[in-house]
Amino acid sequence: MNETIAALVATVRDACAERSGTGAVTACADGGWNAGLWAALEQIGITTVAVPEEQGGSGGDITAAVAVLEVLGEYSAGVPLAETALLAGWLIATCGAAVPSGPMTAAIAGPGLRTRREDGGLSVRGTIARVPWARHAHRLTVLDNDQVIVLERGGFTLTRGTNLAGEPRDDLHVDAVVPASQVHGLPAGSPVSVQAFRSRAALARAGLMAGAARRALELSVAYAGEREQFGRPIGRFQAVQQHLAAMAGEVLLAKVAVESAALAFAPRGDADLAVAAAKVVAGETAGVVASLAHQIHGAIGFTEEHALRHSTTRLWAWRDESGNEDAWSEILGRRAVSAGTGGLWPLLTRTR
Amino acid sequence: MDLWSLEPVALPAELEALRTNVRAFLAGELAAGRIASRCDQWLGGWDPGFSRRLGERGWIGMAFPERYGGSAAGALARFVLTEELLAAGAPVAAHWIADRQTGPGLLRFGTEEQKQAFLPRIARGECFFAAAMSEPDTGSDLASVRARGTRADGGWRLSGTKVWTSGAHRAHAMIVLARTEPRTADRHAGLTQFIVELPDPAVRIRPILLLTGEHHFNEVVLDDVFVPDARVLGEPGSGWHQVTGELAMERSGPERILSTFPLLAAAMDDLAERGDQAGAARVGTLVARLWALRQASLAVAGRLDAGAAPAVEAAAIKDLGTRFESVVTDTVRLLSRVVPDPGSDRRLPRLLAESILHGPGFTLRGGTNEILRGVVAKELGVR
Repeated sequence: MNETIAALVATVRDACAERSGTGAVTACADGGWNAGLWAALEQIGITTVAVPEEQGGSGGDITAAVAVLEVLGEYSAGVPLAETALLAGWLIATCGAAVPSGPMTAAIAGPGLRTRREDGGLSVRGTIARVPWARHAHRLTVLDNDQVIVLERGGFTLTRGTNLAGEPRDDLHVDAVVPASQVHGLPAGSPVSVQAFRSRAALARAGLMAGAARRALELSVAYAGEREQFGRPIGRFQAVQQHLAAMAGEVLLAKVAVESAALAFAPRGDADLAVAAAKVVAGETAGVVASLAHQIHGAIGFTEEHALRHSTTRLWAWRDESGNEDAWSEILGRRAVSAGTGGLWPLLTRTR
Repeated sequence: MDLWSLEPVALPAELEALRTNVRAFLAGELAAGRIASRCDQWLGGWDPGFSRRLGERGWIGMAFPERYGGSAAGALARFVLTEELLAAGAPVAAHWIADRQTGPGLLRFGTEEQKQAFLPRIARGECFFAAAMSEPDTGSDLASVRARGTRADGGWRLSGTKVWTSGAHRAHAMIVLARTEPRTADRHAGLTQFIVELPDPAVRIRPILLLTGEHHFNEVVLDDVFVPDARVLGEPGSGWHQVTGELAMERSGPERILSTFPLLAAAMDDLAERGDQAGAARVGTLVARLWALRQASLAVAGRLDAGAAPAVEAAAIKDLGTRFESVVTDTVRLLSRVVPDPGSDRRLPRLLAESILHGPGFTLRGGTNEILRGVVAKELGVR
């Protein structure tokens, strides 16, 4: 981690720690939305991290964004940084437009959305399912083939939904004519594609998972040190030590995987392969770590009273968002099989 | 926790040239039939001719300084070379221990005379070492060794029994860990490392055959073996410290994730031929994990290159990596539905048989997984 990123991470960590009551910074308003933390992150100037400064972004690269997401995941932070910076900010900036301030979210236009050119703009009608943080976003950006549509808050209604952790995942209903100034064409040869969107979204979730897994481990280590059974802390039992060490290995692997995937966005890398692998590994880690963390915490761990749930419900939710382990494995497996016996190793080493 | 400072490294671009050279060389060796691709060749593939050909190219002792016959290329270059050799299933066992641990150990703790006597020969692929650490009833509890070194005129006399010494019957020397002071409450004190040159009439070597019938391991009986002072490695009494440094080196390498890679690779063409889509998805899970493990292993190499000693990280990754090696075996076994056959002239049944029969060793050698998790638990503060 270079010094700039290390300093950034330390600042974000302080901001989260200041606002964390029960080891998490979610326990605020509706859907865990944390307006105070978002304001602090805006003040730090990282809400559009990895978006170039010329476009109104915070600057930095994807490695910086992933480092920040790991911290936010650790604190179960209720803010849409991944959506604002890595998706919406990226889409708008790639089109050469200025990136607005405020929380944003982003989605791919699915079959449920129809667009048609009209006088004065673009008619947009239909539904987009499960958009993260939509009810709190000032703007929604939609990737629709070769254009990016920016919907203002008043331009849609929504049906509230949540993921396992209670984070907003709302269905949007759009029936609006979006002015031409809010519809941006993608420049020729732009890196934006549905695949690239999915990769970024998956990397963001993997980064958050790496952080949440680390917190679940830390809570487990602490609990194993204080909870006594049979006259001694449960952490003195070898079986519990083995569980904790196995968790630590998984957490370490997930951390290195997501950070390696972020590095693969450099010109010589193969980001698609790297992100697919990182999302699979983070998903596996999420399962193992959440399960062992609950085993160690006993009955208290699966109550509303204990902070562990903030981390584990997110781990369970995020591993199924932006493509689960099987979805990304299938992509990797197809690439591996088509590379063939002689091509598998070159495929694995081509990222770096 | 220090564990979390482990970070991925981007390999410098100049190492791509090395990778390309090694790949071309290996393709030539395989095409000419001089070597065959097999699983677990860093334990089983003893081929002095191949080792010498690597030595001629400067591919042994890459981390040694030039004045001792090395190329001072560093840990990352050695990582690239090593992973290419293992991925190809090349026979590297002969020089393995000398290159991986004896050489670095001599560099750190050896006398100038010892360095000159051994390092250039190791780098040329002409001097192979065996590591004589374990004993009957020691296993992963290395501090319990009972082999004794007693003072003699101008040197030491060693007596005791060592087991699991790979290649002792063919090596030019072995490093023996022995107790040189009476055991005290500090079990780690009073151990010393000795360089015993082979053959020696006072060293009896008996094969301990593997499940495959292959002869790699030995029982070595030291019957009052004389070792001159000039062949004591490092400080008498500090053997434990020296050996644990060696183990950190031993645990962190790509050999802990790639023992069964030739089998995984061979499964690709099989799946393609049978058009097995569901199988491809399961293979994708393995590819993901292997990719991540490789990044982690590389990250440890990056730390070593920077002069750090990431022993705990190495332990955690070895635990994950060696369990993965066996998952590869099982997944390919179930997907290919091939009956394993060690004598088959077909690739898949043979590689599968090698992987299954060598499999029990993966999670034992270099410290059992339970011991490794103990190392990690200690770092976490619960042990």
